[in-house]
Amino acid sequence: MKFRLYRYSPESGDKPFMQDVELDIDPAGKMLLDALLAIKAQDETLSLRRSCREGVCGSDAVNVNGKNRLACITPLSELKEPIEVRPLPGLPVIRDLIVDMEPFYKQYRSIKPWLINDEPEPEVERLQSPADRALLDGAYECILCACCTTSCPSFWWNPDTFVGPAGLLQAYRFIADSRDEATAARLDNLEDPYRLYRCRGIMNCVDACPKGLNPTAAIGRIKSLLVKRRV
Amino acid sequence: MKSTTGAHTGTGTWLLQRASALVLALALPGLAVYFLTALPLDFAGWQSLFAPLWLRVLMLLTAAALALHAWVGMRDIFMDYVRPTGLRLALYLAVIITLAGSVAWLAATVWSVS
Repeated sequence: MKFRLYRYSPESGDKPFMQDVELDIDPAGKMLLDALLAIKAQDETLSLRRSCREGVCGSDAVNVNGKNRLACITPLSELKEPIEVRPLPGLPVIRDLIVDMEPFYKQYRSIKPWLINDEPEPEVERLQSPADRALLDGAYECILCACCTTSCPSFWWNPDTFVGPAGLLQAYRFIADSRDEATAARLDNLEDPYRLYRCRGIMNCVDACPKGLNPTAAIGRIKSLLVKRRV
Repeated sequence: MKSTTGAHTGTGTWLLQRASALVLALALPGLAVYFLTALPLDFAGWQSLFAPLWLRVLMLLTAAALALHAWVGMRDIFMDYVRPTGLRLALYLAVIITLAGSVAWLAATVWSVS
């Protein structure tokens, strides 16, 4: 199979370039990550992140034929050749397919992704009704692979000020949580022309999410809560 | 410098954009039908078309909604592409003057027909 890989080595002083690679591999039942690792076995200078190799850790997000996906759950058989693999767009490239995730994590941190509850801890767990728990479905499954946020043109343009779809989905996850007490402060933190309202409803995030989540819907619910609070 | 976030604004302008879009979506097709069905027109017909007060009010309302909608859109564009504060403020002012002036001009025109 034919591959075109984005290569960049900062020490070499060369500009990033696309490398054509031919790999003898039977695509049946294999994922893109298998191919990338086979290429790395031939040429160990190829750098990429991967860990769980089954779509749970979110570390091998790459841009494949123009779409952000997890290499480990992308079947080779459904990709058109030459398979063009690039690092996630919109983040600084460290080497080859490895990007600096710090701008992404910085926005994630800014929404305080932990439960805030100052009540004394109960003897048992903080219980939720099944209905309250159901509100978290579609929000808690995010694996922070950054496929959505790095496919968002608003994030490309305002990475320092726009929280991005992943961060906003997580913000909603804690806003919706019945056990969290900081809802008002969380809404205050997001009510800003840049942090929340740079979302223009482009919905690239929905298209990109390998877990099938819908950040745009979560952003819509945050906006609804802000409107409800205001009127 | 630290970035200052959580401006407690944005919801209002977002709502304004939504509301004005709704007004435009309803009013523009209505106005288009009203004018197109009256074609062809001579000057007297044109005058009588603008005679009803409700039409003039509707036109002014639509123009105001369009101006507000355009204002939010232009503001968003400037926020994305114009970073120096002074220049951005100057552009805001220019857009506000242009839009407000256009609405006032339309009001004057529509009320001067009869």
